[in-house]
Order: sequence, then structure tokens, then C-alpha cells
Amino acid sequence: MAIVKYTKEHEWIRVEDGVGVVGITEYAQEQLGDIVYVELPEVGAGMTQGAEAAVVESVKAASEVYAPVGGEVTEVNQNLADNPGTVNTDAMGEGWFFKMKIADTGEVARLMDGVDYQEYVESLS
Amino acid sequence: MADVDATLTGNRGLALEEAVIFEQDSPGLSGVDLPEPGPGNDRLGGLGRTGAIGLPGLSEPQVVRHYLRLSRMNYGIDSGLYPLGSCTMKYNPRLNERLARLPGLGGLHPLQPTSTVHGALELIDTCAHWLKVLTGMPGITMAPAAGAHGELVGLMTIRAALEARGDARKRVLVPESAHGTNPASAHACGYAVETIAANVRGRVDVGALKAKLDVDVAAIMLTNPNTCGLFETDIIEIADAVHDAGAFFYCDGANFNAIVGRVRPGDLGIDCMHLNLHKTFSTPHGGGGPGSGPVVLSAPLVPYAPLPVVERRGDGFALVEHAGDSSAHPLGRVKGFHGQFGMFVRALAYMMSLGSDGLKQVAEDAVLNANYLLACLKDTLSVPFEGPCMHEVLFDDSFLKDTGVTTLDFAKAMIDEGFHPMTMYFPLVVHGALLMEPTETESKATLDQFIRTVKGLAERARAGDARHFKEAPRLTPRRRLDETAAARNPVLVWRPPPAQAAE
Repeated sequence: MAIVKYTKEHEWIRVEDGVGVVGITEYAQEQLGDIVYVELPEVGAGMTQGAEAAVVESVKAASEVYAPVGGEVTEVNQNLADNPGTVNTDAMGEGWFFKMKIADTGEVARLMDGVDYQEYVESLS
Repeated sequence: MADVDATLTGNRGLALEEAVIFEQDSPGLSGVDLPEPGPGNDRLGGLGRTGAIGLPGLSEPQVVRHYLRLSRMNYGIDSGLYPLGSCTMKYNPRLNERLARLPGLGGLHPLQPTSTVHGALELIDTCAHWLKVLTGMPGITMAPAAGAHGELVGLMTIRAALEARGDARKRVLVPESAHGTNPASAHACGYAVETIAANVRGRVDVGALKAKLDVDVAAIMLTNPNTCGLFETDIIEIADAVHDAGAFFYCDGANFNAIVGRVRPGDLGIDCMHLNLHKTFSTPHGGGGPGSGPVVLSAPLVPYAPLPVVERRGDGFALVEHAGDSSAHPLGRVKGFHGQFGMFVRALAYMMSLGSDGLKQVAEDAVLNANYLLACLKDTLSVPFEGPCMHEVLFDDSFLKDTGVTTLDFAKAMIDEGFHPMTMYFPLVVHGALLMEPTETESKATLDQFIRTVKGLAERARAGDARHFKEAPRLTPRRRLDETAAARNPVLVWRPPPAQAAE
């Protein structure tokens, strides 16, 4: 069964069979406003936890997206190149950024679950 | 809102609607009557143009009116208050322009023999001298074309110095409160960028900085005063820590306007700092530029400055354009010719016309004006970091909470009131930022009108009139533009409509 975890930098990762799908949270897309450009990593790129993995640019600002855990990028969401607005309309689904082979599942376990993340977001406002 | 101002022509009062110049094409129309070229030798080797050139046919008055009408839709510092925070949109004195147009300066060619331009070399040397005096630094390169170019050149100089001592390093630390160009410059120079958090006072968290300092850090890039408009009070401690780690201290001098004549950055322990002549030293800005970004250097960096360098020799000056056999100046050139010479003329005119007391007053008045805005607006808007501020004042959007009005809407309503908006959504360290920088240019009367307007709009937002803001701007040649569509699908080139293209 898939589990979904969250980071303080507002990324989510959905893990199934050792493969993680990464995106930004509903809260993040709402804060950014209309997203106009997404720069994705290269397939095959290796990254450590917290490394800069992607860039998301909205009408307000450009922000980095960090790798929630370490691993290797196996696939990127090509659809975002032509339709960056998908991140606004479906941040947690079709608006995913990239998939990765997770190096250490222990890193996943230490991320926030949905309830913890919700509390974290509420503490920010 | 019904468009009560609809007119038959689309013009509004004497503000005239204007079509794209290609849409005004009358084929064959021309401002000048040229004779048909007669038969003659084709000296283009058969490469002469045979088809139409694709320029519109226009009469001379049509062209004059086109550009005049467009210019009337523009808004600049000569039109009114331009409180764009982080940008220092100060007035460009006419005296600067007059001197830059002196025939002996404006008519120079960069390839003239050096023997004919000693006056110009002296001018570069004098401008460089005063920039060194004002910053308290031993060296300078006048070459960089603008601020961000200065950052890159400064970092390249640091890299060259580190590599020369066999100590190439990989990382550059950039605080959150630094200018947005800093991480980009470090990245462009091949360094990995690491962010340092701000503390609750809106300054660099010195503990977090020290935790990241090690033998792999090439430099820190600090903006002081920072982009929250606050002086980095721990700067000397930061400089010591950076030097203890064997790294260099880059200071972004874009906000030098707040401290010129009052603080010499060299006394604070910096190694490298660019100066935006188009900010602090009143040369034209943005589309009216070009910019210019000389970089002052500490003694260990001086041998690595790029070329060319003006040197005083006897009674005259020499322009050093080649490193020769020496290992100095490994960067060579970073820009064509001698830097933005026209800007050196204007910056020097500004420095010499104001004098040391005048320059000091520039900083004092810029800071006073920003604090006047802070004092008058702090009870109306919301202040994330306690003042006093330096040359710019930062508000967040919590005063708009639950009004349905965003920072963007608020800025658009400012346009209807006749003001260029403040900077929005930057810096990112606060939510929905509004950053205002009045500069020393503005009078109390102008600031009072601005303050009354901001207060009136804030009251209107809190009274529940969100519609007024959502529909703004109403009085501009175009209503609110679709920024999202423009960014997602930019149309940058005019193309003829299909029917016309088929002809």
C-alpha cells in the first residue's frame, strides 16, 4: 500500500514498492499562486536528501523544490513543460514532478505524515 | 463596473489609443522621397536583396506621433514617485546629462589612440579614486556592465585568488536576506549555493552561518543594508568568522545608497563589493541605462582584477590592456572596451556636485524618508520587523487578512491613484511583501500624498470593498493584464495576420 509523507519545505512523496513520486503540496501551490514554469531534474540524476531537485516559478516568485529523500530520478513529468498549471489544479495528483528510486527507506520513515504536516501548516498562519 | 468612459475612437481624453506600428502599414508610404537606383555595378556579389524588407510604410509625422504617444503611456522617475523597493529609483540630475554630452566626452571613440584620450583616462581614474575613498577599499575594477555582472566578476576574482593559492573551494553561502541575484551569480560562477536563514530580527542568523562555514566555503555573499531594509548589525563578527575559515567576504553594494558618506564598508572587513552606479550614483536606470557595476577589492584580490586598468604614470595615464608575461590579471577582459564610460562621467558629476557633505546627506535623507513612511504607516499596514529601517521599509500583507484583497490587488489600485506601485512579493522572507523605497529624491509633500493614499486604500480594503481592488486598474490605457497567460504563453514577436501573410 502507498504511503504519503511530507517535508517542512512543502514537498510530498508517495511511496510504493520502493519508488517515490514527488510533488509540492496543496498549501505550497496556493502560496505560490499561478505556476508558469517548472524546471525538472534529469532522469538518472542522483541526489541526497534536501538537495535542490527542481525549480518552480509562479507569477510571484521562483522557488526550489528539494529532494525529500535521497535516491535516483527515474522519470519526470513531461506534461508540466506545456501545462505547468496542472500543479495548481492537481498538486497532489497529475501535478507530480518526478519519480525516484529511494536509496534509504529510513529517510522516508522520518518524514512527517499527513496529520503532522497539517498541524505544521496550521502553525505557520 | 460599466465602462462610463467608452468613446467612439477608443481614445480617452487626449490620451490616444495607438496601434502596433506594423498594423499602421501603408505599403509604399515613406518619409523620404528617394530616387530609384539606376543601373550600375552590383558590388554585393549577387547577395543584394530582391524581396520586400518587411518594414511598414509610414509618413514622418506618423512615426513621430507613434513614439510620442507610446512615451506618454510610460511612467518614469521624471513623471513622479517611483517607490520600487530594492531598486533605488532616484532622480537623475540634468547636470550629469549635460556633462556627459560635452563634445570632448560624448564624441569619443573607444578605439581612439590612447594619446588622444588622457582626459577620459583621468576621468576614469578620478571616478575610481572616489569610489575607493567612499568604500575605504584599496582596489577597484571599473569594467563590469551592471550590478549582477559586478557580482559575477567579483566572484570570478575570488575564484581566481583561491585557485592561485591552490585552494579551489566549492560552496558559496547566501543569506535569505540577500538580493535575489546573489545565488544566481554564485551558481553562474560554478559554485554550489547554500542558504542561511534569517533570524526573527530579519538579520542573518550568525549561529546558522558559523555552522555552515568550513574549508570548502569560498565566500559569503551578504547584502548590507539587507533587502528587508535593515542594517546587518553583526557584520564585523560575520567578517571575522568568514576570514577565520579562509573564505572571502562578498558584500552586495546595491544598497550603498543608505550608508554612503556614513559608513566605509572596508572598515567592516569586506573583500569585494559591487557598486550600482545607476542606484547610489544617480546614473539612469532600467531601459534608460546602461547600468554600471564597478567592484571594489581588498588587497588580496587586487592582483586578480580583470583588465583593462587605468594607471597613473608621470604626468599622464596609461591604459593597461594586456597582462603581458606576468601572471597577474588571469581573468583578462570581462567586457568590451573600458566599461560604461558614459556612466563614469555621470557618477563623477554627481559625486563632485554634491561633495562629501552632500553625499552624506543623500544617505541621511534616504533613510529619513523611509523611516517617515514607516512611522506614518506602521499603524495602518503591518510591520514584520521592528524599525528603525534603513533606506527602504518592508510591510507584510497581514493587514489585508480576511479582506479578500491581495498584495497584487493593492498595488493595482495604487496605479489608479497615480503611483508606480511598491515592490511586491519580495523579499520572500515575509508573506505578501510590500517593499517601499522613497529615496532621498522625494519631498515631504509627495510622501504625504502617498501616505494618505495608502491609508485611504487600506481603509477601503478593510471596509469590505474588495471589488474596487479586484477591478483595478480602471484608469490606465489597458485594464489588468493576464500575467499568468503572459508568462505561460509569451507572445514576443508581431506576426502578420494569416490573410496578409498569404499576399
